[in-house]
Amino acid sequence: MRETSSILPLQVCGLSCEIDGARLLENVSLDVATGGLTALIGPNGAGKSLFLRLCHGLLAPTSGTVAWQLDGGRRSGKKRHAMVFQHPMMLRRSVVDNLIHALATAGETRGEARRQAVAALERFGLAPLAKRPARNLSGGEKQRLAIARAAVLHPDVIFLDEPTSQLDPGATRQIERMLTELIAEGTTLVMATHDLGQARRLARRILYFSRGRLIEDAPAERFFTNPASPEARAFLAGELVW
Amino acid sequence: MLRRTLLAAGFTVVALSGAVAQTAAPTADNRFITVSSTTSTTDSGLFKELLPRFKAKTGIEVRVVSQGTGQALDTGRRGDADVVFVHAKPQEEKFVAEGFGVKRKPVMYNDFVLIGPKSDPAGIKGSKDIAAALKAVQAKGAAFVSRGDKSGTHSAELTLWKVADVDIDKDRGGWYREIGQGMGAALNTASAMNAYVLADRATWLNFKNRGELDIVVEGDKRLFNQYGVILVNPVKHPHVKKADGQIFIDWLVSPEGQKAIADYKINGQSLFFPNATQPGA
Amino acid sequence: MDSGNAFVAALQLIAGFDPDFLRVVALSLRVTVTAVLIAALIGLPLGALLALSRFPGRALVIVLFNALMGLPPVVAGLIVFLLLSRSGPFGPFGLLFSPTAMIIVQAVLVLPIIIALTRQTVEDLWREYHDHLTSIDLVGLRAIPTLLWDGRFALATALLAGFGRASAEVGAVLIVGGNIAGYTRTMTTTIALETSKGDLPLALGLGIVLITLTILINAAAYGTSRIGIRYAG
Repeated sequence: MRETSSILPLQVCGLSCEIDGARLLENVSLDVATGGLTALIGPNGAGKSLFLRLCHGLLAPTSGTVAWQLDGGRRSGKKRHAMVFQHPMMLRRSVVDNLIHALATAGETRGEARRQAVAALERFGLAPLAKRPARNLSGGEKQRLAIARAAVLHPDVIFLDEPTSQLDPGATRQIERMLTELIAEGTTLVMATHDLGQARRLARRILYFSRGRLIEDAPAERFFTNPASPEARAFLAGELVW
Repeated sequence: MLRRTLLAAGFTVVALSGAVAQTAAPTADNRFITVSSTTSTTDSGLFKELLPRFKAKTGIEVRVVSQGTGQALDTGRRGDADVVFVHAKPQEEKFVAEGFGVKRKPVMYNDFVLIGPKSDPAGIKGSKDIAAALKAVQAKGAAFVSRGDKSGTHSAELTLWKVADVDIDKDRGGWYREIGQGMGAALNTASAMNAYVLADRATWLNFKNRGELDIVVEGDKRLFNQYGVILVNPVKHPHVKKADGQIFIDWLVSPEGQKAIADYKINGQSLFFPNATQPGA
Repeated sequence: MDSGNAFVAALQLIAGFDPDFLRVVALSLRVTVTAVLIAALIGLPLGALLALSRFPGRALVIVLFNALMGLPPVVAGLIVFLLLSRSGPFGPFGLLFSPTAMIIVQAVLVLPIIIALTRQTVEDLWREYHDHLTSIDLVGLRAIPTLLWDGRFALATALLAGFGRASAEVGAVLIVGGNIAGYTRTMTTTIALETSKGDLPLALGLGIVLITLTILINAAAYGTSRIGIRYAG
């Protein structure tokens, strides 16, 4: 079902961002290829969220470029990357209407949007909630809906900004199951997280950020067993000792 | 759930629109004229008596905007009425002379009465001499309410002060209260303050909130109040409904219209006395 | 003042289905509902546009509309009167002293309320929705329908506030409507007229009807916002 011409790889080159005179991201360069989950880790204020927002196009960088294989990360004029935020923002509508809105915005007809929305709810186990006001859901339910709302558009890439940071372990597990499914289908995920266990469970690749810089870019297995940089080693040690 | 919520949210508006749709607009008759007239003709109930008769006969609806005489003439001057029906002969003649009206025709008269509190602080009750009575009001400094709105009644009051040899601009004091409002409002104010007030008899007879007020002076010839009717000049305002306006005027001064005016009574009292045929009225 | 009489008069008016009274109430509702609908049709998109656009002098425009929410009805009445008078620029249409004139003046009174409250509502929503809507490429004017729909409860309250202002107003409709019996006589102008005739019980009776209507409308506004809070969080 995935179309052959992907917007990936994503090439980030010399990305810097300054907000109100503060340099929050400094000369970050990397590529993201198709497949798997890339985890961004690092202490608060490292620039992880900002990096995701820049890649997703919510902000413009001060300098540097975000280049997609296809122009602007679009295919046939449609944005092929989506984002899930730390605090999921639900429209003041029912659960199913939140999905329909996203699909209709992407150009689906009303009937087709409804059909796909209902199918997505079934698939992610959200069907019983279909008619509930979305803003009355629990935190975990909202985040699952937010991921479904991103996934229903069948993007090549989904950026996720600490999607489970507010959730209890049970809800976190459910989210992780959804992400695993998406990875298995071939969706590429780029996710910021503070949960090292989660990064271990899901990530193929780790990007370690600190104070606006990309310090280390390594396969997950190697990063956790033998981080190259002293900073990452200290970070892991701090976390693991705890 | 969504549908239910929406229903609830939109309920008021929908219900109101529904109610409105049910009660269709009032008569969509396109044959109507607009008459600017004085508050006294409406407040006295005269039009309520006359207009249905006129409409039954001619099919013409008369829309009456009631204002003070000065304002009613202004409305005609701007072309916002087809006919003016007021009571201030000098102003009416000026209106015609300036070319805003075609011709003034006298229709009827009523009379003014001086209203005052039963306690009668000026000691004038029962007098038939309005000049002496007003002089006494001024001398005693008894509270007096003036319309102060350039209406026919107001200009009549000012004329009467002159007749009484009182220079109201100079001799006014705290006792003289100009309210700048209509006849009804002036009576309400007088009722609340137990003050004297000049009123047309028709409005007085129809007035319900009298409190301590009663007629103190009446019957002086100088209290007569002549009404005239004028067609707004179609030369100045081409949209004026010349034909239908003229039909209304002709009916008012016809024997039938004059009888209808004479027939309007409250508690057996006539309020207006037709005199269309009286020369010089 | 015998308030018992007034209450009886009010009940008689309502229970008696007095045709003149019903006509007055129906006209009041027709004029005000139409005025609010027209003002909504203009004010909702304009308020949303003002919320989302950035241009020099925008702050000034916002302050202006906020201030116009308190526009004295008599002033609005006078302006519309001068515009619609036969001697004014729109004189040839012959609209003065008609229900249409009253609708226009009430729409003028309600419009700033709707624009100002819509602007505030949409701006707040946009701040909240910005990330998500930008993420799905729904930006600029295309975001307006989504923002208006999601602000529907707050906006319904704004419309009801406008309805309240228009239905309670007397000065403006008196000036442009002329209080013509059976044609442009509304509840408020009838109250003014009956008061001037000294028929205080009837005036107060009508006042009770009007207050009851106002209470119902406010109850609807309150109910709407309660539903909104439950539904929209």
